[in-house]
Amino acid sequence: MLLTLFGISVLVFVMLRLVPGNIADILFDAAGMIDTADKAKLEHDLGLDKPIVVQYGEWINGLAHGDLGYSYVSEKPAIDEILPRIPITAKLAGLALAFSVIFGVPLGVISAVKQNTVLDYFLRVISLSGLSMPAFWLGLLILMACVAWFGFIPIYTDPPKGFWDALWLFSVPAAAVGFRSSALVMRLTRSAMLEVLRQDYIRTARAKGASDRTVNYRHALRNALLPVVTVIGIEAAFLMGGLIVTETVFNIPGIARFLVEAIRWRDYPIVQNLVMFIAAVAVLINFLIDLLYAVLDPRIRYAG
Amino acid sequence: MTAKLTALAAAVMAVASIAVASIANVQAAEQPKHGGILRIFHRETPPSLSIHEEATFSVNIPAMAIFNNLIIYDQHIPQNSIDTIRPELATSWAWDKSNTALTFKLRQGVKWHDGVPFTAKDVKCTFDLLQGKAKDKFRKDPRKGWYDNVTDVTVKGDDEVTFHLKRPQPSLLAMLASGYSPIYPCHVSAAQMRTHPIGTGPFKFVDEKQNEYIKLARNPDYWKKGLPYLDGIEYTIIKNRATAVLAFVAGKEDVTFPTEMTAALEADIKKQDPTAICELKPINVSTNLIVNRDKPPFNNPDLRKAMAMSLDRKAFIDIILQGHGDIGGSLLPPPEGVWGMPPEVLKTIPGYGDVKKDREEARAIMKKLGYGPDKPLKIKVSTRNLATYRDPAVVLIDQLKTVYIQAELEPVESGAWFAKVARGDYAVGLNLTGNGIDDPDQSFYENYGCGSQRNYTHYCNKDLQKLFDEQSQMTDVAKRKKLVWEIDKKIQEDVARPILFHARTGTCWKPYVKNMTIMSNSSYNGYRFEDIWLDK
Repeated sequence: MLLTLFGISVLVFVMLRLVPGNIADILFDAAGMIDTADKAKLEHDLGLDKPIVVQYGEWINGLAHGDLGYSYVSEKPAIDEILPRIPITAKLAGLALAFSVIFGVPLGVISAVKQNTVLDYFLRVISLSGLSMPAFWLGLLILMACVAWFGFIPIYTDPPKGFWDALWLFSVPAAAVGFRSSALVMRLTRSAMLEVLRQDYIRTARAKGASDRTVNYRHALRNALLPVVTVIGIEAAFLMGGLIVTETVFNIPGIARFLVEAIRWRDYPIVQNLVMFIAAVAVLINFLIDLLYAVLDPRIRYAG
Repeated sequence: MTAKLTALAAAVMAVASIAVASIANVQAAEQPKHGGILRIFHRETPPSLSIHEEATFSVNIPAMAIFNNLIIYDQHIPQNSIDTIRPELATSWAWDKSNTALTFKLRQGVKWHDGVPFTAKDVKCTFDLLQGKAKDKFRKDPRKGWYDNVTDVTVKGDDEVTFHLKRPQPSLLAMLASGYSPIYPCHVSAAQMRTHPIGTGPFKFVDEKQNEYIKLARNPDYWKKGLPYLDGIEYTIIKNRATAVLAFVAGKEDVTFPTEMTAALEADIKKQDPTAICELKPINVSTNLIVNRDKPPFNNPDLRKAMAMSLDRKAFIDIILQGHGDIGGSLLPPPEGVWGMPPEVLKTIPGYGDVKKDREEARAIMKKLGYGPDKPLKIKVSTRNLATYRDPAVVLIDQLKTVYIQAELEPVESGAWFAKVARGDYAVGLNLTGNGIDDPDQSFYENYGCGSQRNYTHYCNKDLQKLFDEQSQMTDVAKRKKLVWEIDKKIQEDVARPILFHARTGTCWKPYVKNMTIMSNSSYNGYRFEDIWLDK
């Protein structure tokens, strides 16, 4: 895990510096001119003129001591810029994931159990449209419909005032994102279920007189869940850092939109630390998924 | 007869009383109300809130209400000119006999937002900072050149300050009246002014969060008694334009980001919310062609002339702006522009007349230079990778084909654009130039002056430079205008930076937002917002 994070840290650090321009270029760009002496002074003040290895060492050393540096743009501690945004994205990602599981898994099971019926066809059309609709398009469509029909717009302009306010504020964008994820989960559940339902042990269970419900949900679904859990894990990791479009369309001040803005500004302390955070979350989720495999399938054991 | 007269008199009385009643009603309805938060969406997180360090109205729009100038353009007369300048922190001003010393009497009893009294020293501090004479330094100083003619700023007591000039320059007043010229406090560092600005203006800075908002609150100790009317202003940062427009239509926002709406978007808003008030005006931002004069073959004036003569400016305006733009020189054309060349002068400039004829002449020049349909000149047109730059560049490429120039678009990552231009690492480029004020001094010295940092093409004409100085000293507006037209004409003939068009852009606001005035010849000067009120 540590090796992965180290690799990511080197990669993000080097790649950022390969992108043309730095914060000084961007700041002078906003001023419509470049004064080379002032620019050099700014680069010196921000430590950008130091050798890249020294800059990397300083960053990692700071990270190890909980010092993430200062945002070049806001001139505030990077930790103060990043921390408040994490719960916002976490709530959105959590709700979207919940949406995808709550709808994706049961509908996938129903689709498999009712294979080649009208209901199956209908659910397959829904899942296909979920996979093929771009998130920004769906998001804008939802916003336009809300404005045209109800005269209000469910976007984030102020922090929510309470639980219900937050639930309402995040549920619309979460549904927009969750629609795609649930479609993916649904299709995967369906195909995994269809494969499992053809197994001998399912036939045996039915022959023993087990009810449809017991067969489908206790015997079949549990065995079909392994690939579904893997995909849900990947989706969870993706949702923590990949909600750029949704956060932009619904104006949610989460980490994904912030990361893109920080890249635009070449705000290295923000980008580096945010990418490391997202990477750590992805690594952690993968680890948890591995543990979950063992719970779902007792045959899987991790040797020490 | 008497009965008829009586009836007539009664009718007149009735009409008069209705009229009086209506006027009274209107007046009652228009009586300003205190309170409320004005919500304006903002297109982006501004680079900082220090107006002096930036050159984008992304900063002026939210920050101008925090400050005061010595003098300011009347906030309710759309066309900024020397005649619309009003006192602000200065109560009066006077030139000396030689027109080289400008003395301001300052307002007393004004306090900074942190309670410290404002004095003449603050004015001196501001201009020392701008001229690089202070201990503290700006990170960037894009308008240092505006004050090149100021030798010193001296104070007399707490209430008098004098600007000493090398030579007469009446337009100094125009520059001081711009939204770009707020007075900064001596006791607050330049660094703090970027993140937590302190001003004397109608609104105090409360908080800013990247990508989220900028919040201003009413300054209860504002020196203009009874103002501002609003309790505060909140700028919600909404990067996605479609979301921002929908937020405005849905009533989440009261005003669109000023001078940012295209004609198409404005029409869309009016369709969805017919009550919205929208204005489409020039913003004194020109889209222009920059040619690297040091790079062969562009060091040949004939080639540059041929390029200029290939331009069909009307086509640019029709394609890019659906007809909502103006053809002009370096200065914004009339009627909104004060100093721009009128159509009859423009027509006499090569490239501004008959497009067909001009292109024929251009092709003849190109043939003389050895180019032709079988041997086109192959070039790259570099521009910032943003739609407002890229789209006209594509039209430009198409037009250059008509004179045997085969161009390829080179979109440059936005952050690397000015660095590239400053290095001279381009042959032909397309750029946007915003003028802070509608005055020849600002435009000529900044964009065409020898050695100016914003003179991207390094155009330098010593004879013209002398004319810049000559017009700059003129006090007779009519005479100065004539000379300014001559200079602008020469600049265009020299293909210094061919102007493709001046765009018109829009602002919309809800009908309950009162006293909103959008300036028509600058997008940097009209955001004090002290007497805006909400009729809700």
